[in-house]
Amino acid sequence: MSTLEIKDLHVSIETEQGVKEILKGVTLTINSGEIHAIMGPNGSGKSTLASTIAGHPRYTVTSGTITMDGENVLDMAVDERARAGLFLAMQYPVEVPGVTMTNFLRTAKTAIDGEAPKLRTWAKDVRSAMEKLKIDADFANRNVNEGFSGGEKKRVEILQLELFKPKFAVLDETDSGLDIDALRVVSDGVNRAQESNDMGTLLITHYTRILNYIKPDYVHVFVDGRVAEQGGPELADELEANGYDRFLAPAQA
Amino acid sequence: MTKSASAEQAEQVEGVEVGEARISIPGMGEEGENLATAHEETEHTHGGLGESTTKAKSGGSRADRTTSLSVADFAVPTGREEEWRFSPLKKLGRVLSDAATQTPVTIKLRKSAEGVTHGELALAQSPRGTVFSAADRAAVVGYSQSAQADHIKVAADTELTEPVFLDITGEASGHRANAHIVLEAEAHSKVVFVLEHRGSADANLNVEVIVRDGADVTVVSLQRWDGDAIHVGQQDAEIGRDAKYKHVSVTLGGEIVRLNSNVRYAAEGGEASMYGLYFADAGQHLEHRSFVDHNSPRNSSNVLYKGALQGQDARTVWVGDVLIRKAAEGTDSYEKNQNLILTDGARADSIPNLEIETGLIEGAGHASSTGRFDENHLFYLMARGIPEKEARQLVVRGFLNEIVQAIGVDSIEDTIHQDLENELEIAGF
Repeated sequence: MSTLEIKDLHVSIETEQGVKEILKGVTLTINSGEIHAIMGPNGSGKSTLASTIAGHPRYTVTSGTITMDGENVLDMAVDERARAGLFLAMQYPVEVPGVTMTNFLRTAKTAIDGEAPKLRTWAKDVRSAMEKLKIDADFANRNVNEGFSGGEKKRVEILQLELFKPKFAVLDETDSGLDIDALRVVSDGVNRAQESNDMGTLLITHYTRILNYIKPDYVHVFVDGRVAEQGGPELADELEANGYDRFLAPAQA
Repeated sequence: MTKSASAEQAEQVEGVEVGEARISIPGMGEEGENLATAHEETEHTHGGLGESTTKAKSGGSRADRTTSLSVADFAVPTGREEEWRFSPLKKLGRVLSDAATQTPVTIKLRKSAEGVTHGELALAQSPRGTVFSAADRAAVVGYSQSAQADHIKVAADTELTEPVFLDITGEASGHRANAHIVLEAEAHSKVVFVLEHRGSADANLNVEVIVRDGADVTVVSLQRWDGDAIHVGQQDAEIGRDAKYKHVSVTLGGEIVRLNSNVRYAAEGGEASMYGLYFADAGQHLEHRSFVDHNSPRNSSNVLYKGALQGQDARTVWVGDVLIRKAAEGTDSYEKNQNLILTDGARADSIPNLEIETGLIEGAGHASSTGRFDENHLFYLMARGIPEKEARQLVVRGFLNEIVQAIGVDSIEDTIHQDLENELEIAGF
């Protein structure tokens, strides 16, 4: 069993107006096999948390810690974090011209596992994972994310999640821009990865819709760079009914 | 190609559409181009890393440019001329003077093959000079100072499965070397010529490619010069009826390389593809100019040059001229240049010039983009566990691979991949 532990995390970014603090003391513990939903209004810092865990250079950790099984994640480079078992399904996956999906998937798998995957089983694994996510076989020959629709990009993120088998996955608004069929396909993929790998999942979302398909064990409400409230799945139901107004009201007063 | 949505029957004269409903393309009148630019990608320059310029049109018409085989028609350039304004003329003086060869480059046919002959042609001996006409000072002095030209001829109907390699070797750095090579592919022959330049010289080398009717010719010009070599050259081709011509220029070595690759058509039904790959390191000046002269109807052309730059004062220039003359109805043409700037201190110039003198064409477009290595690409790949160095290589290789693949000869592709690895090692990628 693994544990991803975030303690009193403060993160800032540089803007034209100067340094701006986005995360103002986030504390979260995620164990293998658990699904944590992070919900909150736009601008509350949800995506900043996701990018900071992955190590995006734009975000500066000013204090606090992130550890995985006691190892200091903040000391690791972006690629080292991925090899240690962290995976970020990005909100806006990047197009990488000139690099085919096939080449990319094999290169990444080799880097993560420390050895090249067995050619025959690998090709079969990729093909069957693509089929389950209803990704056209032709995508394997296309350049990474190039010309993919928003929904296709999200499926390809989940394809990687299934193939790379991380210990912890952070899904950054994976549900945004998906129609109901695509949402179901993508959710099934996450659930498969969850079951087969005993993965810990941090599911970041603005809407409760995806929680009909991926059942969280814990729900955390993010407001203004902090966890404002946490609870079980029933908290999501309450948000569904009442929205975020209750949390925003004091800020407006 | 867009057709009129009108339900009216198009007017026809002898099977050719005329009148208002005829085929046209947006922005075109029969008088020529109405828009400054056709469809194109936007140019990217990202804060402070490298510089670049893109311009859609410059100077006068390409149709007005002097071409001649007489040295008297070309003055020594001053640097103000459109065709010389990017070039380091001080150093190029050594190959622009009307000077004889000091130490010749050796030109060797690597392997003999059935149907291929290697002979010589004197200055006025046909077919030498039937396709080639110098378009600048460098080309004309190189031509007239090459008393004997190498003539490689492929007999009619010969289909060669192996490439014909010509090893062109500079034997003395700083020594002037002039040469002229005539590659002649007779009707319905099929051949891949590979011109492999190595060693060092102040080389002024012109190539004349005669593609007879129905022939299928590829010319791969590999510039693998030593670091102090200078190479100027004009590589002209004329494409026969229903013939195919592919020209691939790969420039990796040399201090200054300035190549003009030109194409025109002898009849109809010709297909031209012109590819270029260049990788400039610190201090290198690599300049490629392509000119497609659509001088007759119903021919096609596609031009794609891609370059990578790294290191202080790494410099590349691409100027792509396409001229669709009044007579060239039914032309289909496209040209594109893309540059990837990997480090600070490098500069890429990219200038597509498209001139269209008739609206009755299938299509014409140009695009140019110069971007720096994108940190977002890097983050995405690294977030999947791929180490930084490997991620950079993946992107650069991926970017240039389109051209390498276009060569279509496995053995050459492999050696170019190796060269690119070495190039990437230089900047510590």
